[in-house]
Amino acid sequence: MIEFRAVTKRFDDGTVAVNQLDLTVEAGIITVFVGPSGCGKTTSLRMINRMVEPTSGTILVDGQDVRAADPPRLRRGIGYVIQQAGLFPHRTVLDNVATVPLLSGWSRGRARHRAAELLELVGLPAELGRRYPAQLSGGQQQRVGVARALAADPPVLLMDEPFSAVDPVVREGLQDELLRLQDELDKTIVFVTHDIDEAVRIGEKVAVFREGGVLAQYAAPAELLARPADDFVAGFVGRDRGYRSLSFVDSGEVALDQVSTVAIGQPAGAPTAEWVLVLDEQRHPRGWLPPRSTVEGAVTEAGLTPGGSLYQAGTPLRGALDAALSSPSGLGVVVDERGGYAGVVTARQVLDLIERARPTATGAERGH
Amino acid sequence: MIFADMFAWLADPANWTGPAGVPARVGQHLLYCLIAVAAASAIGVPLGLWVGHTGRGGLLLVGTSNSIRALPTLGLVTLLYLVAGGGTGPVLVGLVVLAIPPILAGTYAGVQDVDRGVVDAARGMGMTGWQRLWQVELPNATPLLMSGIRSAMLQVVATASVAAYVGLGGLGRPLLDGLRVLDYGQFVAGAVLIALLAVLLDAVLAVFQRVVVPHGLRVVARAAKRPASANRSSQPERTGDAGESGASGDTGAAGTTGESAAELAIMASRRETGGSER
Ligand SMILES: Nc1ncnc2c1ncn2[C@@H]1O[C@H](COP(=O)(O)OP(=O)(O)OP(=O)(O)O)[C@@H](O)[C@H]1O
Ligand SMILES: [Mg+2]
Repeated sequence: MIEFRAVTKRFDDGTVAVNQLDLTVEAGIITVFVGPSGCGKTTSLRMINRMVEPTSGTILVDGQDVRAADPPRLRRGIGYVIQQAGLFPHRTVLDNVATVPLLSGWSRGRARHRAAELLELVGLPAELGRRYPAQLSGGQQQRVGVARALAADPPVLLMDEPFSAVDPVVREGLQDELLRLQDELDKTIVFVTHDIDEAVRIGEKVAVFREGGVLAQYAAPAELLARPADDFVAGFVGRDRGYRSLSFVDSGEVALDQVSTVAIGQPAGAPTAEWVLVLDEQRHPRGWLPPRSTVEGAVTEAGLTPGGSLYQAGTPLRGALDAALSSPSGLGVVVDERGGYAGVVTARQVLDLIERARPTATGAERGH
Repeated sequence: MIFADMFAWLADPANWTGPAGVPARVGQHLLYCLIAVAAASAIGVPLGLWVGHTGRGGLLLVGTSNSIRALPTLGLVTLLYLVAGGGTGPVLVGLVVLAIPPILAGTYAGVQDVDRGVVDAARGMGMTGWQRLWQVELPNATPLLMSGIRSAMLQVVATASVAAYVGLGGLGRPLLDGLRVLDYGQFVAGAVLIALLAVLLDAVLAVFQRVVVPHGLRVVARAAKRPASANRSSQPERTGDAGESGASGDTGAAGTTGESAAELAIMASRRETGGSER
């Protein structure tokens, strides 16, 4: 647990980066600091491991005032990941990861052994350990940065925009990876980002900062999207926050409809007025045949209208709505865990479900 | 033909023996250069590391080394010689003073140029100031540090001829003597020998540089040479740029020190070795 008690940071030039921050970061979960540029997220984070000293106030990590600890010692017990990874260019990947164990006095052999375990943990092949940082892709570098921070198994991990320098696809992969790691490790993670999507995606609690280093709202992501504390938070959370909040609406039981299907390699049969879904041998959806289309002989992959996104049953409703909206037939294709066709759903059905979910959700909250 | 004269002078066995022979002259010249650069490194490297590490005194350092660069070495040596009343001391001091600025500047720039994120990460990992200096800043500064030393060596080799003005021999001797008796063959031979010595010493230092620069940094330099699209990371380009600017700075510095034939030859050779290395 990390506690900020009336913490203020005023830099020498008079800039107040953090103003009277009171915040308790819970142990064992990911807490995200989010807010526009210059609102004091990095400063708040860096006061935890004393990279920045507060002007006034107290910061406690597990009940201990951080000022009581010698800074290098304190930092060796707190993992630290930054944007661009900050890997040491002159050291191999393996030695980069072994940094903190070596600083803590482990033998070289033991530190390297540990480093190799960490590379595996973050999903990097062992051969990469012999390379130098410059020989890795941006995404791989970030993974190494995470491995390096975890090497001495610190209970607390500080991450300052660790994924902001990689492209969106890689970033999503890294976020998933972090969530998977956190499932295993249960670290206390403070994660700084200015991307609200990233914040609600990976945070169990989100602290929204506003300019001048003031905490604007501190809540779980669903709460933040459903009930922003004020206009600033509402504006920051964004115009499509209603749509984004669907990420947190569980589907419950979506009533599935069925459409006619045909397997690739089979004759299409007589033209109909309906869209026909084409499946492969594993019953994975491959695409659509438009109404009244005629197919000579067997159905092949080539003649199909590409389908929309697929919705896996049981996941949040955002995916269901997206599947319906992106499908050429207007019918969102629902699949089971193995990716096999399960049924279809329309946008109307999804919206009805959301409407029905609404009063109970707000009612439950008011009950508190 | 001046080169025919030069070859004639070089071919004369009389010029290769005794205390005034070529080997003795080369030996003297080499000794002055090695002592001067070693002493200048012993002063410049720690000072540059410290200023770069603490970030304090950088302006003072740049100002001082620029004014030192403006000092005419010959004048300084003559003055010291007159004050000290002879000996090798004044010559060596003059050469050391000449060699310090490039070494200091190279070391300082090397430390300053280490990626801020890398230094920040080193602190955040829990390195103490000394650990950061030894384990991160110094290894990453070696390319620029070494280019500072190489540049200092070239300047010192060219300038060590001043030893001859105060009667201390070295390869300045054939230059002076050649001029005095209008023996251009001897003069050019001296200049060419100085240039050859410079090229040789630079080659030796280039080998030394390969040894001391961590392998990972050479990988970085190679990565920076690839087209930008081939590498997403921004770090390699940074270090690569630093190397370039350091090297071009060297040539500029050498260019201001003088215009003797030997120095022009050295500058040309410098450009060549610099070019082939990159
Ligand atoms: N060393 C410093 N000296 C003076 N002012 C600083 C210093 N570091 C940060 N600041 C100022 O403090 C404020 C908060 O900075 P901080 O880096 O914490 O913002 P941030 O929320 O992390 O922003 P970003 O999203 O751009 O990283 C800014 O106005 C910044 O200019
Ligand atoms: Mg920041």
